[in-house]
Amino acid sequence: MTNSPFTPGIAPARLDPATLAENFSDLHAPLDAHEALVAADRCYFCHDAPCITACPTSIDIPLFIRQIATGTPEAAAKTIFDQNILGGMCARVCPTETLCEEACVREAAEGKPVEIGRLQRFATDTLMEQGIHPFTRAAATGKRVAVVGAGPAGLACAHRLALHGHDVTIYDAKPKGGGLNEYGIAYYKSVGNFAKAEVDWLLEIGGITMETGKALGRDITLDGLRAEFDAVFLGMGLGGVNALRATGEDRSGVRDAVDFIADLRQSSDLAALPVGRNVVVIGGGMTAIDAAVQSKLLGAESVTVLYRRGRDAMPASRYEQDLAASKGVRFVFNAMPVAILGNGAVTGVRVEYTRSEGRSLVGTGETFDIPADQVLKAIGQTLDGAPDGLDITGGKIAVNGPGRTTLKGIWAGGDCASGGEDLTVTAVAEGRDAAEDIHSSLMG
Amino acid sequence: MADLTSTFLGIKSPNPFWLASAPPTDKAYNVERAFQAGWGGVVWKTLGEAGPPVVNVNGPRYGAIWGADRRLLGLNNIELITDRPLEVNLREIKEVKRKWPDRAMIVSLMVPCEEQAWKAILPLVEETGADGIELNCGCPHGMSERGMGSAVGQAPDLIEAITRWCKQTTRMPVIVKLTPNITDIRGPARAAKKGGADAVSLINTVSSITSVNLDNFSPEPSIDGKGSHGGYCGPAVKPIALNMVAEIARDPETHGLPISGIGGVTTWRDAAEFLALGAGNVQVCTAAMTYGFKIVQEMISGLSQYLDEKDMALSDLIGRATPNVTDWQYLNLNYVTKARIDQDACIKCGRCYAACEDTSHQAITMSPDRVFEVQDDECVACNLCVNVCPVEGCITMEQMEAGAVDPRTGVTVSDDYANWTTHPNNPAARSAAE
Ligand SMILES: Cc1cc2nc3c(=O)[nH]c(=O)nc-3n(C[C@H](O)[C@H](O)[C@H](O)COP(=O)(O)OP(=O)(O)OC[C@H]3O[C@@H](n4cnc5c(N)ncnc54)[C@H](O)[C@@H]3O)c2cc1C
Ligand SMILES: Cc1cc2nc3c(=O)[nH]c(=O)nc-3n(C[C@H](O)[C@H](O)[C@H](O)COP(=O)(O)O)c2cc1C
Ligand code: SF4
Ligand code: SF4
Ligand code: SF4
Repeated sequence: MTNSPFTPGIAPARLDPATLAENFSDLHAPLDAHEALVAADRCYFCHDAPCITACPTSIDIPLFIRQIATGTPEAAAKTIFDQNILGGMCARVCPTETLCEEACVREAAEGKPVEIGRLQRFATDTLMEQGIHPFTRAAATGKRVAVVGAGPAGLACAHRLALHGHDVTIYDAKPKGGGLNEYGIAYYKSVGNFAKAEVDWLLEIGGITMETGKALGRDITLDGLRAEFDAVFLGMGLGGVNALRATGEDRSGVRDAVDFIADLRQSSDLAALPVGRNVVVIGGGMTAIDAAVQSKLLGAESVTVLYRRGRDAMPASRYEQDLAASKGVRFVFNAMPVAILGNGAVTGVRVEYTRSEGRSLVGTGETFDIPADQVLKAIGQTLDGAPDGLDITGGKIAVNGPGRTTLKGIWAGGDCASGGEDLTVTAVAEGRDAAEDIHSSLMG
Repeated sequence: MADLTSTFLGIKSPNPFWLASAPPTDKAYNVERAFQAGWGGVVWKTLGEAGPPVVNVNGPRYGAIWGADRRLLGLNNIELITDRPLEVNLREIKEVKRKWPDRAMIVSLMVPCEEQAWKAILPLVEETGADGIELNCGCPHGMSERGMGSAVGQAPDLIEAITRWCKQTTRMPVIVKLTPNITDIRGPARAAKKGGADAVSLINTVSSITSVNLDNFSPEPSIDGKGSHGGYCGPAVKPIALNMVAEIARDPETHGLPISGIGGVTTWRDAAEFLALGAGNVQVCTAAMTYGFKIVQEMISGLSQYLDEKDMALSDLIGRATPNVTDWQYLNLNYVTKARIDQDACIKCGRCYAACEDTSHQAITMSPDRVFEVQDDECVACNLCVNVCPVEGCITMEQMEAGAVDPRTGVTVSDDYANWTTHPNNPAARSAAE
């Protein structure tokens, strides 16, 4: 091995292949059958369970856990998929510590919630590994619906529409479906090409045509879709990224964290992926954490996350922060980049401390420099290329109720639509609910 | 440390914890290890007549049911009496008794229901130096079909007869072990007493099928696709055993007859409960089979700590609760309680709500933010919510003070004792008053 964490600049193969494979294996190993029974035993089968309320897709958690406990994980999976067709991915990527598991009464009782996420994975993996798709389509309605974006929102919407007997065509700009499940989710949360396998499994419902490499605004238009289809669902996510507004942003070695992660997710050889010796990640959300952790796991010597506010204000949960810290990521809070240093290639970041003044943040005037060969920007994604004619609110497509936009016959959901957190599970819920609304409006 | 020395029928043992006649007491090797671990005595695994021993099945002989975390709650077996030759057992009993003179050594016996059979085996047992015998009138499977075990235990006249034969033949104390597979346990106990028994021990196992294999439709444990009813024991049978012990302890005809309590004793608490209901000592089988002999150390430390805390001697505990066992008709109907939820302890699972709302008296309300509260005007104090709440002590039953008005009935709580026998709704009470 020629490179190491100490190799200057941006370099591949800082770690040997075995270490890389270990670093990028399952973050939470799947439960085996015995572990699943022990974990399931802890569920109290609560009345009107708080975990259900906390789940954006309202999965009947006590029911599916009881089904696991009684030796029918296949039935448990069906319970999950009834509400959330991407229950397999959600089991892996949901920040359960801020959703169902935070609400679990055993969190209140003992500080140790029932392991809902891992149990959900046990159930969904069991059924999917048997190659069973547990839904069949209703009789064909003859109605046709276009879905733009094959991310969680679009897929959930398409599946529910197909289930009701409609014909669905999904258009996605990218070469593969899955959206951020395929291109964005941290590698160690979804190993073994699960995103692709899940999309293939979902499509087994039938009645869904997948048109990849077709971008709205480039290859197709909203008017064209409206003319051809009975309804349109927009689930195009947030394709743009915010600008840093620090001098030197154009130096080489500065890039968007989402692109860095997408490269990682599409890589067939982790050792071929270059990463800086000293990496600085700017931002405070899940993307920042994922980029930082994965840089470290690729072998960066030092990784620093710069966040302009205090720890408590950080959008990434304390659990995510601790995970990053345990991998050796350093956090600098209340600090913002004012300049990217270097001559051509980045050599460092000049940072200024911040304090809040009323509702805005101001620099304190005190600055310091952090050495950096690579700077990853994770300061938020933005809506990109939304079709004209739709109302936009807070940077997103305005919707009310179950995803109705201001244009008749057009629905939207997921990250691109207003309301809800930007999470996989929220996108699924919104896609599903929009599909139900489309269904009633088409059949009504 | 409280003194746990126990004297039962004049037989001394360092503590009241004996191992019941079963696999743990099947041979010298086990019994010696049990004594090393601290058990006060054993009832040797049941011996049969001289001659070729019985045979056991060669497939599985146990079945079980489990609670959370696969905690064994009930065990079922289709094992027979000892399958080792009589002379081997007798030799080992003698050796072990000689080596452990301070431990109780009781020999369990089951021979055909003929005077000659009993009279033949007793001298052999006496010769071992054992402290006493226990007549196995309880085994519900295998032996019962041969006219022994529970076939005897279900026929009071047979119990009386074999007890009498034994008493006539041996100077050893005679304990009669009873089967619970009978409608009224007092009958067999009275018969044992009439036959001259020095004590009864109970319960033996409860006839049962623990489960059915849903692939091959055989009861479990399955022997080549067929199953047979077996004997059920372990924590699940304790309530049945406690009741039967209490029935005998408070029956005027058998009151004072020493009882060795058996059935689901798993911890010192279980043992203390048997003692309080009138057992002079306890016997344990399933708990030892589940966790090994070492559990007796917890039983010893727990019971001594309890007696110290209560400032009681072991003899003070025995029978302490017996007078408080009464018939339903004598329970005080003027004792009014209401469920109380400790909001700080509540984890908001809603189980009390589901239980009361769906199956009880709709006396618990649930607010949108999941605060659960008992409505005194509906609560009948059934205790179901207490029983289903996963947090111990979170819901309690609080007695209403005399003079307060029960909002459910509108009746002022009285501190007079009043029971069903005098209640106006009782037809018998009414006719007596007329
Ligand atoms: C790096 C990263 C990590 C994340 N980690 C987690 C996590 O661990 N857990 C979690 O719950 N959430 C996580 N999220 C958030 C989660 O991925 C999103 O909330 C979710 O994917 C949103 O789903 P969506 O269907 O709305 O959009 P997307 O998943 O973004 O899918 C949108 C799809 O639309 C396509 N598209 C876009 N524009 C067009 C167009 N003009 N024409 C045709 N197709 C178009 C895209 O190619 C894409 O396939 C993460 C996000 C990022 C960026
Ligand atoms: C496998 C097994 C074999 C038993 N064999 C006998 C026996 O030979 N003689 C007897 O009197 N009781 C026998 N019993 C009954 C036990 O002595 C005891 O009465 C019963 O198990 C209840 O006690 P426990 O709940 O502590 O197990 C046996 C029990 C088991 C589990
Ligand atoms: S809150 Fe926890 S214990 Fe209650 S049903 Fe949900 S997972 Fe089970
Ligand atoms: S004691 Fe019975 S009636 Fe009263 S609140 Fe509890 S469950 Fe309901
Ligand atoms: S059962 Fe107990 S813990 Fe659960 S809501 Fe009721 S009082 Fe609270």
